[in-house]
Amino acid sequence: MALLEVKDLKKYFKVGSRFLHAVDGVSFKLEEGKTLGVVGESGCGKSTLGRTILHLLEPTSGQIFFEGKDITKPDKPTLKKLHEDMQFIFQDPYASLDPRRSVSESISEPLRLQGKMSKSEILEETRRLMDTVGLASRFENSYPHELDGGRRQRIGIARALALKPKFIVCDEPVSALDVSIQAHIINLLLDLQEQQKLAYMFVTHDLSVVKYISNDILVMYLGTMVEKASADELFANPMHPYTQALLSAIPEPDIHVKTKRIIMQGEITSPIDPKPGCRFMARCQYASEECAQPQTLEEVSPDHFVACCKCRALKEKKAETVE
Amino acid sequence: MDEVILDIKDLVVEYHTDEAVIHAANGVNLSVRKGETIGLVGETGAGKTTIARSILRILQTPPAKLCGGEIYFKGQDLLKLSEKEMRAIRGNQIAMIFQDPMTSLNPVETVGFQIAETVRIHNKCSQAEAEKRACDMLEMVGISSDRFNEYPHQFSGGMKQRVVIAIALACNPELLLADEPTTALDVTIQAQVLEMIQTLKERLGTSVVLITHDLGVVAGFCESVAVVYAGDIIEYGSVEDIYDHTAHPYTVGLFGSLPRLNSKERRLKPINGLMPDPSNLPEGCPFAERCPVASERCTKEKPEATELSPGHFVKCFHAKGGQ
Amino acid sequence: MAKRIRKARKKSRMAMTWHQLKKNKVAMVSLAVLIVIVLVAVLAPILAPYGYEVADKKNALAPPSPEHLLGTDRLGRDILSRLIYGARQSLSMGILAISISAVLGILIGSIAGYYGGWVDTLLMRFLDVYQSIPMMLLCITFAAILGPSLRNAIIAIGISMVPGFARMMRAQILTVRDNEYIEAAVCCNASNFKILLTHIIPNAISPLIVTITMSIGGAVMSGAGLSFIGLGVQSPIAEWGAMISDARNYLRTNGTLALYPGLCIMITVLGFNLLGDGLRDALDPKLKN
Repeated sequence: MALLEVKDLKKYFKVGSRFLHAVDGVSFKLEEGKTLGVVGESGCGKSTLGRTILHLLEPTSGQIFFEGKDITKPDKPTLKKLHEDMQFIFQDPYASLDPRRSVSESISEPLRLQGKMSKSEILEETRRLMDTVGLASRFENSYPHELDGGRRQRIGIARALALKPKFIVCDEPVSALDVSIQAHIINLLLDLQEQQKLAYMFVTHDLSVVKYISNDILVMYLGTMVEKASADELFANPMHPYTQALLSAIPEPDIHVKTKRIIMQGEITSPIDPKPGCRFMARCQYASEECAQPQTLEEVSPDHFVACCKCRALKEKKAETVE
Repeated sequence: MDEVILDIKDLVVEYHTDEAVIHAANGVNLSVRKGETIGLVGETGAGKTTIARSILRILQTPPAKLCGGEIYFKGQDLLKLSEKEMRAIRGNQIAMIFQDPMTSLNPVETVGFQIAETVRIHNKCSQAEAEKRACDMLEMVGISSDRFNEYPHQFSGGMKQRVVIAIALACNPELLLADEPTTALDVTIQAQVLEMIQTLKERLGTSVVLITHDLGVVAGFCESVAVVYAGDIIEYGSVEDIYDHTAHPYTVGLFGSLPRLNSKERRLKPINGLMPDPSNLPEGCPFAERCPVASERCTKEKPEATELSPGHFVKCFHAKGGQ
Repeated sequence: MAKRIRKARKKSRMAMTWHQLKKNKVAMVSLAVLIVIVLVAVLAPILAPYGYEVADKKNALAPPSPEHLLGTDRLGRDILSRLIYGARQSLSMGILAISISAVLGILIGSIAGYYGGWVDTLLMRFLDVYQSIPMMLLCITFAAILGPSLRNAIIAIGISMVPGFARMMRAQILTVRDNEYIEAAVCCNASNFKILLTHIIPNAISPLIVTITMSIGGAVMSGAGLSFIGLGVQSPIAEWGAMISDARNYLRTNGTLALYPGLCIMITVLGFNLLGDGLRDALDPKLKN
């Protein structure tokens, strides 16, 4: 049984009399101790997806199952329990901490709200959490503005771990950090996953990070999922034209890797009341009339799903040119 | 090709606040040849932007204070020019692109007007000529000149950055300072913008100083690299020197922090610790505290630049000259 | 232990503000002046050479003399003593009125800002209507209905200043509400009310502290104004505005009668305004290193 299963999840926002399709039909399964990477450009709905699963936003339609239980419309006690099992690590370590709270206050907040422990137990647990995420105890009474971005992000992680969750949504947890600090945080997340069998949904726009940390990768474009596969498969064999362009655009820190960049023309179209066809059509070099039809997610090879009516044709063509 | 267009010698910049003196640039030496693209790489707060801003003399004084050094632009010391002479150079012979395209355009003027204005300020030409030039520039950065009369808010982020670049290049500058020009953009848009800067640069023969924290961008875009740490250039050389014969332990650490697409290792190898407080720099090598190979000498004495191979300079006692 | 942490926090926030404020000479002088005025008000019975109602009819309108340092008014009451007692009325009017309006304003603004939707629309439209009535007129109406007295003047001024605070608080709440730490608190199962109380209001309130300080000056003025037109403090109780009102028939012959209370009002109002200015700088997080 999968820890988390999402079926055809949709989240629309009302904009005037029209609807912004932020998440439009996303489905996936996530096992315990595994990481699902969700990649896409700004505005593709990847953060909204995470927030909807955690019920920070209410889903428009679709279903969410956690440990086999339907949690799409939870009642209050279920939601309370859910927030102990599912947590969120935020992107901006500056905005995700209350500037008026000391480090220990921020970390212990979930424990205090849960109300199951005595004050001394909370204090002890807070210290243990600080130790787990590598925060020296001397920072206990410091304030966020006195600390650097990396330490702040550690506070955010400690707070997320406080209730011993099984699943954590990491919303771009390292993109606001410098590379050397970023590496420490990634290592920390990996260590924690091994120790506590955590499942992550790792939302990011940074493809090299996502390849590094994920088991499976889901590529999103304007609210729709365009491709889903295991990390190795996706990078070795990207099928969707958007995934291909995205991968080719990664700047590799190696002067000997000469990737041929696919420079996409045009910009992301509006997600407000989009046309039914492929949303990538306007920028796609292979687009033709059939792309204006609604696209379905096809399993092109085991566990490799692509939403592109042309991908089989393109694959054959590619195979021909290789031969 | 070998003509040096910009030569910075022993630049020292400090910020004076009530509490402390922040040493933002400590004896920076850097030269840029005609037509060359040089990458200025470093983490937040390393002093990259300070260096660029001192070249244009647009630092806010106070709190900033230029304490010493010379900046020769085509043989002329920019720091000795009057404000009036400097204005003639700024935007005309040296142009700068800032990180955030949203704030560097005036929201109440049309983009065409903003480009034409720059042209008119620096060249004594008629309104019509300036507008003609502005249209040409728009086309050149890949925006249809039909959009001449549109306002910045009608453009997307990538398009705005193109407009900013069009403004910067409108007067055919000989030197372009690009301060994180693509950090605020998505990868696919980043690829577009970088590709465009590259083409324009080749066509116009402009020298470019590219400030970035992204070693991937540098690898694909620059000929030389200067690694900035704690207000000083600690390693300088061609991209081959830096990427294949990495000498300074800090640069080694930066590379170790990056998740690679083709790496199989489960953990990154980041640098420990944090950059020293720029208001309280250590006596010796600024990196000594975090350096895995630091010796007694490193904490007491500041290393001078040594030339490992022609054109490859490093400020470290333990650099082994490339393995 | 938790208490100790809390104490440390409070101290550090206050200490930070105080540290910044200390650098501002103008604010420090204002603060000193205000402290002196408050002390004078508190110690009035000890400091004043006479009672505020002691009349010496024979000595009416006397010029300054060793017995009466600032002279006497039309009923022969000692001006200095009345000024000293007047500080009590004026200050309490300012401070109490603002306390009423701040509490109500913060409450209404917070509810409107945090809950949004129809609650917000209803409250804000009500305030719109309320605010379109001139403030002085409102005060006069209140005072007229409730009858003229110090207490009613305080209530009138307090209530009339509610919309300003409410509006400002609402705007602040809207900014703070969008921060990720609010979402983080939701993830920790904090109730709406708890989030409002423990996260949003403490973070939204800094700019209000400045406005509150500056408004005390305004309230002192309004109070003086109400007393001047006879709707505030009643004779024989000494109040600066009422003193000016008393003095208005003697402006040509004994101009100083109006001048002294006028100066007192000015110094107090200026003091609060300059202190507020200093506080704004001290509370600005950008100035913190």
